[in-house]
Amino acid sequence: MPAHVAIQGVSRRFGDYTALHDVTLEIAPGELVAVLGPSGSGKTTLLRIVAGLEMPDRGQVLINGEDNVMRPPRERGVGFVFQHFALFRHMTVFENIAFGLRVRPRAERPSRADINKRVKELLDLVQLSWLEKRYPAELSGGQRQRVALARALAIEPRLLLLDEPFGALDAKVRKELGQWLRELHHGVAVTGVLVTHDQEEALELSDRIVLMSQGRVEQVGTPNEVYTRPRNPFVFEFLGETSHIPCRLLAGALATAGGAQTAQNGVAAAVADGESTLFVRPHDLGLRADPSGPATIRHITPSGPWARVEFLLEGRSLYAALPLDSIAGSGLTPGGTAMPLPRRGVLFADGRGTMDEPLHWAVS
Amino acid sequence: MTEAGREAPSPALPAHPRRDAVLPVRQRRVGWFPRHSILPGFGLSLGITLLVLSIIVLLPLAAMMGDATSLGWSGFTKLLASPRVQGAFRVSLVCSLLAAVTSAIFGLLIAWVLVRTRFPGRRLADAMVDLPFALPTAVAGIALSTLYAPNGWLGALLAPLGIHVAYTVAGVYVALTFVGLPFVVRSVQPVLQDLEAEQEEAATTLGANPLQIFRRVLLPAILPSLCSGFAMAFARALGEYGSVIFISSNRPMQSEIVPLLIVNRLEEFDFNGAAAIGTLMLVLSFCVLLGITLLQRLTLSPRHA
Repeated sequence: MPAHVAIQGVSRRFGDYTALHDVTLEIAPGELVAVLGPSGSGKTTLLRIVAGLEMPDRGQVLINGEDNVMRPPRERGVGFVFQHFALFRHMTVFENIAFGLRVRPRAERPSRADINKRVKELLDLVQLSWLEKRYPAELSGGQRQRVALARALAIEPRLLLLDEPFGALDAKVRKELGQWLRELHHGVAVTGVLVTHDQEEALELSDRIVLMSQGRVEQVGTPNEVYTRPRNPFVFEFLGETSHIPCRLLAGALATAGGAQTAQNGVAAAVADGESTLFVRPHDLGLRADPSGPATIRHITPSGPWARVEFLLEGRSLYAALPLDSIAGSGLTPGGTAMPLPRRGVLFADGRGTMDEPLHWAVS
Repeated sequence: MTEAGREAPSPALPAHPRRDAVLPVRQRRVGWFPRHSILPGFGLSLGITLLVLSIIVLLPLAAMMGDATSLGWSGFTKLLASPRVQGAFRVSLVCSLLAAVTSAIFGLLIAWVLVRTRFPGRRLADAMVDLPFALPTAVAGIALSTLYAPNGWLGALLAPLGIHVAYTVAGVYVALTFVGLPFVVRSVQPVLQDLEAEQEEAATTLGANPLQIFRRVLLPAILPSLCSGFAMAFARALGEYGSVIFISSNRPMQSEIVPLLIVNRLEEFDFNGAAAIGTLMLVLSFCVLLGITLLQRLTLSPRHA
């Protein structure tokens, strides 16, 4: 049965360094949650505390309502998948997967035949039956991680923790394995927590995302929620590339640099008049060639279906992603000037600070 | 998913047409050795190595064996039949073996503590492991016999229990353990360092208790290095002389070791007898070390070498 996990007020310090600061988080049974943050944000420490590989200084980890902080990891029934696989090098794939069943106390240990059957099932599940007699050194990275996953699933965990499981793999394998994991999670009744620093991975795979920075939870929500309604500049910037457009607020109206763009919608009187910054995704930013425009184009670099247009605006280097096809007839050339035209963006109270409800702005 | 299909072993490739042309080149040899075109200086370095090895190691050993043969077969067997020689071999082999086993157990423990735990003074402790290497063994022998003498710090504690270490065969064992310990620590330590702590963590999340982690995860990985550490400690113990003569009573049949017997023969100008005992010791040590190496081969599967 998948576990319900409640992390309550967990703190952890390493000397002077605060890895986790009063983290509270709830994970519903059967959910796949991604903990996303830059390195050093405490996400791995949090995962290790849930697994029991690390002790919190304060706080509780409730699994199905029971506090697990003092319980040794081997009694928690929690599967853990490590970034660097941590397979047992002297055991075959088969023995690696069987390990969790073979070390059970005699009374609970399945018979030899049952262990065989279970391992074969898991090998089928991870589609590696033909490799059962190989040693980890003879496998590719993607195969090793699938073995590690099967090994963790062999103990029928209530909770599966994955620490940057695809971090050591190359981009193509990472993508395939991620989607495969998502399907696997649907088929296996287990609560999953995935730690990653890759925002795309988190957005694609998880039911919910927990964004962490400097040991604190910044925002929790579905991928769509955190992407479209980021609570603060950190979340906005971490989830994708960002162009910061200087703007001015005057009597509830917003004027971006150059003064060409004004719009009323969304911008309420709640925000004080004055200078501010509009946070815009590069693909929400248009450019129109304009001899008197405030932006100076520096480079135009094609990248797949997009063209990355770098430009200078009031001393800042920004960029817009325009459809490659639209560049040809647009008159945009390196060295020329242009007018930036943001279509959608987010306004935080003082440009950098946090406010309860940031303003979402879009051209009507 | 298509991945499994893609990763399936590809059908055997057709024979490469150029393979036939390559063969004659690979068969070119210099004398007995295949020609190595990539690493230069093979012949020169092999020659220098063999020359130095011969002068420093093989020649003295050959001279010793040559000396021993002048004793003749009957003299040789007579020497071996002497109870004093047999006694010395028994003391040397049994004490060295026990000492090497003790070194293996505690050396492994020390290596694990030094690698896996963090405590104040760890670097100091790490450096101290090498002391038996550096200390003149006679100094070690005197220090140990002072400690374990009936009026010494440790000897005074053991004496009421009826345990006498200094000037007995137990002292020989203590001294040999002292000199053998660093060999085990230094051969196991790097292997343990190389073995990620994550493997132990993975085992514990899978439900293994500490004993199971040691037996099923740790031990198989470090067994080859433990074997070689054991072999070195054993070989060192067999040859040890300096520390033992101070802590042992050197009584024939009881606590006299083979190296001492050899020195005795030399002092009596019985060079051939000394050479004969030395040769026997050489053969015995070689057999034991060969046995350990073969055992090590067995534990070290080529798959994860």
